[in-house]
Amino acid sequence: MKGKIIKVSGPTVHTDLQGLKLYERVLVKGITGEAVRLLKNGAVIQVYEETSGLGIGDEVESLGQPLSVKLGPGMLSAMYDGLQRPLTTIAEESGAFIKRTEKTAYDVMKTKSEIIFYPIKKKGDTVKPGEIMGHAKENDYSFEIRNNSKNTSKITEISEKIIKENEPIAVLENGFSIMPHETLPVRTPRPVVEKLPAKEPLITGQRIVDFLFPLVKGGAAIIPGGFGTGKTILEQTIAKYADVDIVVYAGCGERGNEMAQLIEEFMSLKDPRTGESLMKRTVLVVNTSNMPVAAREASIYTAVTIAEYYRDNGLDVLLLADSISRWAEALREISTSLEEMPGEEGYPTYLASRLSAFLERAGAVKTASGKKGSLSMIISVSPPGGDFTEPVTQTLLRNTGVFLMLDTSLAHRRHFPAINWFHSYSLYSKIISEKFISEISPKWPVLKQRCVEILQREESLLEVAEIVGKAGMQENDKILLQSAERIRNEFLAQNAYSEDALCRPHKTIEIIEKILNDYDLKIKEAAVLQ
Amino acid sequence: MRLSRHTYKTISSIAGQLIFVENVFSAKIGEMVKIIGPLEQKLDAEVLEIDGNIVLLQVFGNTHGLDIKNTRVIFSDSVLEVPLSKDMLGRIFTGSFYPRDLLPMFRGEKKMPISGFPINPAARARPSEFIETGLSAIDGMNTLVKGQKLPIFSCAGLPSREVAAFILEHARLSQSDKKFAVIFAALGVTYDEYSFYMDILNKLETEYMAVINLAEEPVIERLLAPRVALTAAEYLAFTEKMDVLTIITDMTNYCDALREVSTAREELPGRRGYPGYMYSDLAFLYERAGRIQNQEGSVTLLPILTMPEDDITHPIPDLTGYITEGQIVLSRQMHDTGVFPPIDVLPSLSRLMQKGIGEGRTRADHRNISNRLYRHYAEGRDLRKLEAIVGKEGMSKEDQNLLNFADAFEKEFINQQDKRRSIDETLDLSDALLQRFKLA
Ligand SMILES: Nc1ncnc2c1ncn2[C@@H]1O[C@H](COP(=O)(O)OP(=O)(O)OP(=O)(O)O)[C@@H](O)[C@H]1O
Ligand SMILES: [Mg+2]
Repeated sequence: MKGKIIKVSGPTVHTDLQGLKLYERVLVKGITGEAVRLLKNGAVIQVYEETSGLGIGDEVESLGQPLSVKLGPGMLSAMYDGLQRPLTTIAEESGAFIKRTEKTAYDVMKTKSEIIFYPIKKKGDTVKPGEIMGHAKENDYSFEIRNNSKNTSKITEISEKIIKENEPIAVLENGFSIMPHETLPVRTPRPVVEKLPAKEPLITGQRIVDFLFPLVKGGAAIIPGGFGTGKTILEQTIAKYADVDIVVYAGCGERGNEMAQLIEEFMSLKDPRTGESLMKRTVLVVNTSNMPVAAREASIYTAVTIAEYYRDNGLDVLLLADSISRWAEALREISTSLEEMPGEEGYPTYLASRLSAFLERAGAVKTASGKKGSLSMIISVSPPGGDFTEPVTQTLLRNTGVFLMLDTSLAHRRHFPAINWFHSYSLYSKIISEKFISEISPKWPVLKQRCVEILQREESLLEVAEIVGKAGMQENDKILLQSAERIRNEFLAQNAYSEDALCRPHKTIEIIEKILNDYDLKIKEAAVLQ
Repeated sequence: MRLSRHTYKTISSIAGQLIFVENVFSAKIGEMVKIIGPLEQKLDAEVLEIDGNIVLLQVFGNTHGLDIKNTRVIFSDSVLEVPLSKDMLGRIFTGSFYPRDLLPMFRGEKKMPISGFPINPAARARPSEFIETGLSAIDGMNTLVKGQKLPIFSCAGLPSREVAAFILEHARLSQSDKKFAVIFAALGVTYDEYSFYMDILNKLETEYMAVINLAEEPVIERLLAPRVALTAAEYLAFTEKMDVLTIITDMTNYCDALREVSTAREELPGRRGYPGYMYSDLAFLYERAGRIQNQEGSVTLLPILTMPEDDITHPIPDLTGYITEGQIVLSRQMHDTGVFPPIDVLPSLSRLMQKGIGEGRTRADHRNISNRLYRHYAEGRDLRKLEAIVGKEGMSKEDQNLLNFADAFEKEFINQQDKRRSIDETLDLSDALLQRFKLA
């Protein structure tokens, strides 16, 4: 189906093309777009590139399917833009600057590294829709390749072979070719056989998080903080050390240099679990702040759909998004150009429902083949002026289990991670405390309790100290202040640029136990002296 | 496709910098348009919106004297591009890239749209080469590297101009054999400021190009000026392989211009009346700084802005801070005690410093020294609050020492008036200071 442009304004285009479906993908003079509003005599298209150069009469073509991504073996260590275009290939083909192209079909899978298909069915077998045909191995991970036709049929061709994009791994008697990759729409969650309760701890290697505000596999955490408070460094450090199989990192409306840094580091760093390059367990979806705004809006959906693919292969996946505020702003820009009624702070009124629908895609699941997989999310938020009362932070607070509040004053004192220990929380603490007790240390809850008490006591003592000076304080209080300072400097603070960047739970317990023991000892000594 | 230029006399309305033209055949978004007024005055404009055969134009330049009846509009069929060549160096231009120095326009080697293209994040090289500004507070504590964007947050009445001038005069790359150039853009400056900067530029040994938009000149050119400057910077960096330092002042004037234009377009205002897309708009500018893998050349960007009401949470510094790789914050208190440059190192930060310092970049002991300076100074600053309550005598020896250190740090390290310090001098000075106060 083809139509024409009748109006262009901002990132949206009006077309006279009729019969489109909502959120159907279209090409506007070769540029990808999505039908975001249907009208009596046409539709409004959100265009994923600069509209400069477009004019009345330019062609609009429907593609008959919604915005989708290609999923399968070959995505690990790739770097995609918000529409899953391979940025590395684009840089190789057309240079360092992203010019607008009318090329829409790219090979998105990395097939240079050999990925082999191992069939478990053989020629002559009858396969039902959805049945597993075999597995592909990529970097020690095994991916299921299923019969993605709608009918039961006999296999006429199948063999062990190197996987190539757009080349079938098997052919059925009814003529259907089974591809190694599937194509799925990004805005609908991948169907789940069964959701499981999230109760496995997700160990981040960050002491303050694991000890005070623990995450679970399948849970969601937010990191709100003003500029320079350490959101990106925290997310990237967790991306390096979290005990998950796969990391999907969505750089959403942030800096290009941060991506260069991430790639450089991930290439050279080793995955602490496998000893392989960290990049081999990572997929990047990047739409930096200077890339087209509409594609930024789509990028988090592209990222989560990729993450779901790994989850459904029985893996523990961590999706990191930096920053969701930039996504919300993109949504606002598009909404404004559609002349929709603005809600709070100019965001569209559906901001909250979009966000919660997105967060719903986190979770632990049982996959079609009975394996366990999980998709956890850690999302950074950039509240204007560092003020947490704004709509994006507030909506997320209602939908996530862990709140890691970054504190500008801690960051200015260069206490990193600048997580405020009084205002942050984890709703998962209870669920996983048994696991911590049985697997790490029975003392976990007691130590935690005492640590928090000392910090609270410090807070009130410091108020006193501000009036009388530390010199005039009681001996016990002085000891407490010293210990609290040690807790802050030696335990809660963790320099991401040092050896200390990763701290395993046993070590975490060891450090805090030592500080608390020393504290007890000093208090005893003081009592003897008196 | 049109084959010839189209001329129209079908203007239906003019409001400020916006013109509606009717019955236009096949215009393109971003297309350049010439407007010819009743007295044959010529203006440039750009296609902003198209609805059927009605086109909305954004005019650059002063629209006074245009009328509906006699004004002609000529569509060019091409987008706004500027000519580029090394001959730009040594020249001074207006916001819309006309020579301001009354010399003839140079011949371009190539043409580029001023909005530029995003650098593919997969092609970026991580910035890591040290740039010496000659200021200890920056070089020692908040090191600038090639390809970084590091803004200066100033307050009304603080000498941001002099800080800019100092950096213009003294900034150097550590390897001096590389080709180095300065691009200077001044937005909405008074004539006085203009001559101040011209004096500085004329004294420079480094090659420079300047884009100057005076306060009385059209607001829309204030939006073009930084784009022109960055397009030139990109050309010199990535075609001519030069290391380019771009200084833009004052981004607050830019943002106010953006707000004014947005209001004229009747767009929905966001925080404090600034448009909702200001983050993206600023990012399109700031992100043009950078380096490219396997290529010589770099664009380093030092935007200067004034925080309205000294408020760092105001949308202008706030959004800037969210995009740039750190910030250098000037402080009124420091200025009042006569310190120049009045940089407060506590809220200042260079995020790319980690990679730019140490052995082979600056000096092996750099990281250690700067961490210690920062820690002790922060403690000393904290203690000043206590001092105000209990008095210095009531404090411990150690605390008194830290207080004295903080004072000395400001007077001897931050403060350097107009004297340039090399990185070695900065680090030696730091070392001596720490030893004098016996601080580990
Ligand atoms: N864990 C850490 N260890 C050491 N330094 C840190 C740590 N976290 C943050 N920093 C310091 O703080 C700076 C800012 O951190 P980061 O870039 O993560 O901030 P951000 O919150 O993402 O800011 P923005 O919102 O502007 O992107 C870093 O460049 C680094 O100097
Ligand atoms: Mg960040």
